[in-house]
Amino acid sequence: MPEQLTQRVLSVIAATQRISPERVTIDSSFQELGIDSMDGINILFALENEFDITIPDEQAKQIHSIREMVEGIRKLVSESAAKAQGR
Amino acid sequence: MRRVAVTGLGAISALGRNVAEFRGSLEQGCSGIRPLETVDRTKLRFQNGAEVQRYKPADYFEDKQADYIDRFAQFAVIAAREAVEDSGVELDPEARESAAIVTGSCVGGQSSEDAGFVELYQLGRPRVSPLTIAKTMANAGASHISMEFGITGPAYTISTACSSSNHAIGQAFWMVRGGGADIAITGGSEATFSMGILKAWEAMRVVSPDTCRPFSKDRSGMILGEGGAMLVLEPLDGALARGARIYAEIVGFGMSADAAHITQPSSAGAARAMRSALRDAHIAPEQVGYINAHGTATQSNDVTETAAIRAVFGEHADRLAVSSTKSMHGHALGAAGALEAVATILALRNGVLPPTIGYRQADPECDLDVIPNHARQAEVEFAISNSFAFGGLNAVLAFRKVRQG
Repeated sequence: MPEQLTQRVLSVIAATQRISPERVTIDSSFQELGIDSMDGINILFALENEFDITIPDEQAKQIHSIREMVEGIRKLVSESAAKAQGR
Repeated sequence: MRRVAVTGLGAISALGRNVAEFRGSLEQGCSGIRPLETVDRTKLRFQNGAEVQRYKPADYFEDKQADYIDRFAQFAVIAAREAVEDSGVELDPEARESAAIVTGSCVGGQSSEDAGFVELYQLGRPRVSPLTIAKTMANAGASHISMEFGITGPAYTISTACSSSNHAIGQAFWMVRGGGADIAITGGSEATFSMGILKAWEAMRVVSPDTCRPFSKDRSGMILGEGGAMLVLEPLDGALARGARIYAEIVGFGMSADAAHITQPSSAGAARAMRSALRDAHIAPEQVGYINAHGTATQSNDVTETAAIRAVFGEHADRLAVSSTKSMHGHALGAAGALEAVATILALRNGVLPPTIGYRQADPECDLDVIPNHARQAEVEFAISNSFAFGGLNAVLAFRKVRQG
């Protein structure tokens, strides 16, 4: 079972892409899940809402796989948590 | 079928309030792209746009009239006034009855709608202005032009996103060519700068944080623009008979649908629209000397458009001059084709091809002569102007230089 943050990202991808959650793993490719450019930005939008973060365009451009998506979200979530604690 | 002349031009954009200023900026390679002023840009990830500078409705309209007309339709009327006056056409009662108006707009009066929704959803008020519908409708530009001049002939609006005004001008061209109208006022207008719609563009992640650099390897996306441009079209013979100044001829119009993806462009669809325009004009690809490109400076448009131009023009693509004037006036969506038609017509008439400014780095996937950064003197006989919309709806116009004594 993937850890919690990964699981949340994968669930958002499945829900946005309207496919069964079992199909989405951290190693799935965009291609096999039928994710094109418009789907990609739609998923980023859903992730921004899910985690209450803002994904900058520059960072978004670096994302070419689900693993990169998960790691990018992890980084932004921890930065946002650090900011909230005033560190 | 009749030959169709362009006898009047009007334009208001980030490059100035009239055609003379527009031409000056294009030939000098001046950019109209600046930090946004009409919205609170601190709420946006991108900061720059191509706004009509220091626009005040009172410069053009009585206060009461301005209250009833959204900014986008004001631009339509302002451009139409300039074009009609410039053409010297006499709109007598008979002419007013048979003249056509065909305008393009992508989002219509969305800023009026946005303001209404702020009242409703943000401020919690129970009502919105009763003018909201009349200001928001995309045909308001055509309607206000008809009232401005008392024109009672066929009038309508086409909304095909970024191709809107090319589709509009193409329809008007066909109407005049086929005898359906003896005069047409045609073009498009857009006023894109309201928070709701800018946020929607932000979410699409296609707007540059910097500026518009079409065909440059380091391009970073489009820059939104606003404005309006109108042409007056007449049968060439009649225009010559009345001693009118002829800016250019419109000789062809072609359309296609990609039938592929709602936002990703297809080079096959773009190529079919260009071929169709050339066929309609009865000209060979080798006769074309200049292309005013769609050239949005998004990653995918510029590569796709280059491939489409290569597919249509073959080896001649290496002898063609191609530029994107969006690098200066921004992407005015439903007004883009009209502004670019004016740019193309001026290029043919004056023998000065406008540049693609902001160009810094060659891209092997965009290996065309894009007239980088500086305008070029060149006599060109035929030119085309491309518009490729989101939704895969493409429209291409073909123009011919007219030599007058």
